[in-house]
Amino acid sequence: MKAAADLRAAKKTAIGFDPQRVKRDFPIFANNPGLVFLDSAASAQKPAAVIDRVSDFYRTDYANVHRGVYRLSAASSEQYENARARVARFLNAAHESEIIFVRGATEGINLVVQSWGAAFLKPGDEVLITELEHHANIVPWQLLRDRIGFTLKVAPIDATGGLDLAKLEALITPKTKMVAVTHLANATGAMVPVESIAKMAHAKGAKFLVDGCQAAPRMKVDVRAIDCDFYAFSGHKTYGPTGIGVLYGKRELLQAMPPWQAGGDMILNVTFEKTTFQDPPARFEAGTPDISGAIGLATALDYIEHLGLDAVEAHEAALTEYGIAKMAPLPGVRLVPAGQRRFGILSFAVDGIHPHDVASILDQHKVAVRAGHHCAQPLMDKLDLAATTRASFGVYNDEGDIDALVAAIKAAQKMFAD
Amino acid sequence: MESRELYQDIILDHGRKPRNFHGMEHPSHFAHGHNPLCGDRVTVFLEIEDDKIKDVSFEGRGCAISTASASLMTEVLKGKTLAEAEKLFKAFHAEVTGGEVPAVDEKLQDDFDRLAPLEGVKAYPTRVKCATLAWHAFEAALKNGATGATVKTE
Repeated sequence: MKAAADLRAAKKTAIGFDPQRVKRDFPIFANNPGLVFLDSAASAQKPAAVIDRVSDFYRTDYANVHRGVYRLSAASSEQYENARARVARFLNAAHESEIIFVRGATEGINLVVQSWGAAFLKPGDEVLITELEHHANIVPWQLLRDRIGFTLKVAPIDATGGLDLAKLEALITPKTKMVAVTHLANATGAMVPVESIAKMAHAKGAKFLVDGCQAAPRMKVDVRAIDCDFYAFSGHKTYGPTGIGVLYGKRELLQAMPPWQAGGDMILNVTFEKTTFQDPPARFEAGTPDISGAIGLATALDYIEHLGLDAVEAHEAALTEYGIAKMAPLPGVRLVPAGQRRFGILSFAVDGIHPHDVASILDQHKVAVRAGHHCAQPLMDKLDLAATTRASFGVYNDEGDIDALVAAIKAAQKMFAD
Repeated sequence: MESRELYQDIILDHGRKPRNFHGMEHPSHFAHGHNPLCGDRVTVFLEIEDDKIKDVSFEGRGCAISTASASLMTEVLKGKTLAEAEKLFKAFHAEVTGGEVPAVDEKLQDDFDRLAPLEGVKAYPTRVKCATLAWHAFEAALKNGATGATVKTE
């Protein structure tokens, strides 16, 4: 007994925090007893600190930003800009002005496509994406391609489900103006070595965009260490509110980019003949922004940095290892290939049972997972799967949640057995 | 609701061993159903003569609910007039979507009862489309003949 207790204590130290204690920070679990939430890759639950911060802001400090001369508006503006500074520290950006608040990673990528892409891409140019991408990093490029006529190339995965880096490098040519990749594939959990790809892209003079939706909540992201030109992530997957997200862009790039949406707050001077625009980031934030969302996101980042992002990463890696160890031996259960490093997400197929049936039966056991194509249909086609079941982890999950998942999968298999 | 209520034996049975699960060489009508949410696909084939469904079959891949629903549909539709089929579809659709179920003729009551195991989906809005996919394909086939139309459930 003592040895087991020592082991548990050692584990807690190793992962830096106790998921059971973390779970108590999230009111959803008290309000849904027995909930085994394994769908953080779709959206993470919110700690009380974030919920309270948003509520308190509306109750005590709310006014529009950047407009009023009265004190309340000035205080609101200050908190909104503090949130920007908070995000800049989170990503280790060089300047606060490199942080643009958007609705989510999807809007962040669309901003790059519609502003940078529309201004700088010409017929004959090439944009390189990968087979691991979410639709949000495929379709915006297709829409612009159809308008402009550049070539959209796709770097393939290899047999292990990871990116084939040699092929990717070979696909980058002097015509390549942009390489846009996911940091962590949402459909399979495959980690992508973005630092290496940044070097490959820059060696040929291409810009480099990273979709950081799944990585930002799970590990320390340092945009200067990665040396990416753009990095997008969503607040709601990072324990913050819905409706807020972040686009990081290198300052000199943002300064050269034209506005993509126009309205209030992004202009310097307007006449009916000519309008001049603000510098970044204001140039890209037309209209009243999601003020409470930005402030709530800052609190969410405080929260996970308080837990420690190294500890969060170790925790998610340990859960992933535990999940692989428990699921790989299950007869009739196949983990979808995820390359050299599977992280935070377990995508799997159960022989003879459709993913939606798996998810429905898991739901009966209070295990919440996602089933479907995960907005990555081209990747599903490549893997020859119509859909998968996906369990994904957050800071509040523990080994017991994975045990519950495994027990529910076994129950589904029993129900469907001949 | 217990999972056994959603996955009654009859559904598991038809999901595993669907009836009338094959193509048709010369259908008078056929159409494809596609549920983009889950990728499920079904093709419904009909042989209609004098407003009567002489034969009906289906092909495709899908979850247990959509496969069982298609299978049960082919069983109840075989031999029905188009007017009877329409009544069954309306009643079934209302039943699984939680709408007001129109009274069915006494003659059709047994057939309608055979579809009852699918009622459980009404507690699961995302699964209702699985249960109605084949029926929507059937409707599209009636409307479009042998053109092979595709109907999407979104």
